[in-house]
Amino acid sequence: MPTINETITQEIRAKAKELLESKEVAAFLGFCQGSLPMTTRPFVARSPEEADKLVWNSFCVLNPANYLPELLKSLEPPRGPRDPAPEGPLPKAALLATGCWSRNIAIQIKENQLDRDRVVIVGIASRGMVDQRKIRARFPDQEILKVEEQDHKLKVSGQNFEEEINRWDMVRGNCLTCLHPDPVMLDVRIGAAGQERKNDTPFQQVDEIKNKSTDERWQWFQDEFASCIRCYACRNACPLCYCDTCFVDDSKPQWVGKSIDPVDTGLFHILRAYHCAGRCTDCGACESVCPMDINMRILTKKLSMDVLALYGSEAGMDPEAPLPLSTYKTDDPQDFILSESGAAKEGI
Amino acid sequence: MTNQTSWEPKIIAFLCTWCSYAGADLAGVSRFQYPPNIRIVKVPCSGRVSANMILSALKSGADGVLISGCHPGDCHYISGNYFARRRFGLFSNLLDFVGIEPGRVNFSWISASEGEQFAEVVKTVTERVKKLGPATRLVKKQSVQVDRL
Repeated sequence: MPTINETITQEIRAKAKELLESKEVAAFLGFCQGSLPMTTRPFVARSPEEADKLVWNSFCVLNPANYLPELLKSLEPPRGPRDPAPEGPLPKAALLATGCWSRNIAIQIKENQLDRDRVVIVGIASRGMVDQRKIRARFPDQEILKVEEQDHKLKVSGQNFEEEINRWDMVRGNCLTCLHPDPVMLDVRIGAAGQERKNDTPFQQVDEIKNKSTDERWQWFQDEFASCIRCYACRNACPLCYCDTCFVDDSKPQWVGKSIDPVDTGLFHILRAYHCAGRCTDCGACESVCPMDINMRILTKKLSMDVLALYGSEAGMDPEAPLPLSTYKTDDPQDFILSESGAAKEGI
Repeated sequence: MTNQTSWEPKIIAFLCTWCSYAGADLAGVSRFQYPPNIRIVKVPCSGRVSANMILSALKSGADGVLISGCHPGDCHYISGNYFARRRFGLFSNLLDFVGIEPGRVNFSWISASEGEQFAEVVKTVTERVKKLGPATRLVKKQSVQVDRL
């Protein structure tokens, strides 16, 4: 009896073959097996034969939307910066999308990074991705050589041990609190449709820190980000970070120093999170790629919480709506404005 | 920054050229007294002020920051301060979340006719920052940039 993920893998391969054979798409963006246990790699199949390398399992933690704009650019015929666009429709690409990834695609379309007509969204309802940090923490002094997946169990084995653990206990924090596992937009569906989840306290993690005193929060911030080595993996894995020149690379003025001075690190993380305000879909790619196990997602989660509370929008949920920071209402909350300034009193 | 008694805070004020800067001008012309702790940076619009600039001021050793623009509805560019308001709302919450003391970074709306209010706001901000003491958080050591201003 094949597991759910094995069935989905087969369906993905069949769909990818079909799309590539019919030349509807020039490339199919998904995942292939990684070289280490508990890893997958983003993978682009460009021929029906290559489609057999595609896999689907609980370790697809990267966000394929991150690679999509670049991929589409690479499919266009080469031309100089001033050459006119080629005539006729440009080649298309297909990609896998769960709830959060599809919302990222919606945002990229809104931000003119993507042409919807060139993308075939292959939607899959996410069952939550597994955090390999949690598995490693469960087996602290052992080397994990293999993790086999069943529907609700994970069989972890190494040199002298083999143990079955509950899959849901190992699922990433962002997937545990996820409310929308099903894609918001899709062209082709793989597997069964997902249900909207209910969670009364989706921002519990944020609240725990919010309830501390200012000094405690500062201490928490210092401790959490102290180990950062400024590798920028979190930025590079993020589908929202596509600026040609990132603020960390600016040298005149240099907003953030290049060192691992705690101030530079702190500024980097504040600004990185802030640039994702109203756009972050909590896909968790940043945390999953962090080599130092930093929980930087809490900052973007805090911003999502505020955007929802203050401006009533969730990133990418409504592909038609403008992004929260590219629009405004005349009666937006402004209680952070100094009330001493005469007329602001009226506004509050 | 020698001892506590002689310490005076340095406050960077980003003022929009159309309202708040003109308000500061009016305060001067009308001879309203306000503390000499602010260093004004004139910007075209409060919407011009980015989070980078605010953090840069703190990083360089400013003890406080004030950002001021036109009242909502009065923006010279029609909607610049509305966009700014959304961004600042989120940003001030984020700064609070990571443990920057409330009162370090301040926002206000001051129109060109509010010279007296401008003096009032500067007084308030200076008092708030004085109460907090010299900035220590997100200040990069050996930074002398503010001293040159």
